[in-house]
Amino acid sequence: MSALDIHIRAKRFGDAVVLRDLDLRVADGEVVAITGRSGVGKTTLLNIIAGLDLAFEGEVSPAPADSRVGYVFQEPRLLPWRTVSENLCLACGITPAQAQQWLADVGLAREGVKVPGQLSLGMQRRVAVARALAIRPAVLLLDEPFASLDAETATEMRALLQRLLAAHPTTTLLVTHDAAEAAELAHRNVVLDRGDASRSTA
Amino acid sequence: MPRPPSKGRLVWILSLGSLLALWVVAAALTDPLTLPGPVQVFDVMAREAASGELFRQLGVTLYRVLLSFVLAMSLGIMIGLWMGLNRSADRFLDLWLVFFLNLPALVVMILAYVWLGLTEVAAILAVTVNKVPNVVVTVREGARALDPKLAEMARVFRFTRGQTLRHVILPQMAPFLAAAARSGIALIWKIVLVVELLGRGSGVGFKLHLHFQLFEIDAILAYALAFIAVMQIVEWGILRPLERRANRWRHA
Repeated sequence: MSALDIHIRAKRFGDAVVLRDLDLRVADGEVVAITGRSGVGKTTLLNIIAGLDLAFEGEVSPAPADSRVGYVFQEPRLLPWRTVSENLCLACGITPAQAQQWLADVGLAREGVKVPGQLSLGMQRRVAVARALAIRPAVLLLDEPFASLDAETATEMRALLQRLLAAHPTTTLLVTHDAAEAAELAHRNVVLDRGDASRSTA
Repeated sequence: MPRPPSKGRLVWILSLGSLLALWVVAAALTDPLTLPGPVQVFDVMAREAASGELFRQLGVTLYRVLLSFVLAMSLGIMIGLWMGLNRSADRFLDLWLVFFLNLPALVVMILAYVWLGLTEVAAILAVTVNKVPNVVVTVREGARALDPKLAEMARVFRFTRGQTLRHVILPQMAPFLAAAARSGIALIWKIVLVVELLGRGSGVGFKLHLHFQLFEIDAILAYALAFIAVMQIVEWGILRPLERRANRWRHA
């Protein structure tokens, strides 16, 4: 039985069809990379799985409303007026002590009292990863987690994700345009092309 | 009293001193009935304060200012959020907004007094109706500027309605609410005086009317200065600290 079963007949924006006849099954604990050119509908796919986009033809099972989805958006999307620790407590319903534990796990043990504006993009994104995992998600969605990071920070981020996914095995969809990083992190790579998953490599 | 930034304090004292000096000189050049000097005005103020009349009238006016302010802000925030977040509501109400924005304050006052009589309700209503459109415009601007990405985040992480309002929407609205509150107080206290002058038997506006009829310029200036002082206390004692608090995270 698959942990995530996606069947999208069509997703339109106006007259343009972005996703068409997309079938994707993800096994429990499997990490699947979604690659493809910009504008091919990768983020749209994640938004559908997260239940943010309901205007499509098809089915997602389990329905987003019935499952916990941890979403690491392309931008960190932290509340700028709350401290890093408060961001975790609010979004995940955890205690400050638990938040502190998660921050230590992503290497930000001392940043909890700061507001997001005082952190670099790489650090903010690590907070976003901690937030997504701290809700103990059934499905983890990562949208370009390495975009706009310098090479060194991106490498650190990859290592961090590898470590976290080993410690908390989670069914994961990783959207990226970089085949190399996809190969390093994922069990399987799915290439989106003009809306359908045309190739799938093990 | 206002607390200006410390390095500007000297300029501030100079500025205040020049204003007083200008007043003294102008008063010396005219007759004391037309333009009484500062000493005479502060004398009257002290006399009115000692009798309790000054505080009673200031209190009545301040009460009207606050009541209309709370009503106008509440109504304006509700309508402004609605218009900012709902496109059909915005289209429908936009014409109304333009109408009420351009309706002269005096017309609203006259109509309120004609339709409801020279009553407290008519006075408060007239002031509120004058202010609501301005609040709506500012709040609508804020609602339109709300970040949809944070709203999506709140949905994914299952924020309750209350949590979304308190932690996601209100902090983004704070600068707009502060702007609406600030311009609100400034506009309302001026309108309240006119409403009192036209149709109430109490308040600073009524006193100004009375002393105008008696041609007592010193009393008019005494009440005007006392009122400016009260509004400055509201500004520096309440509005500024609230604004600072809402914007604290920006300077962290």
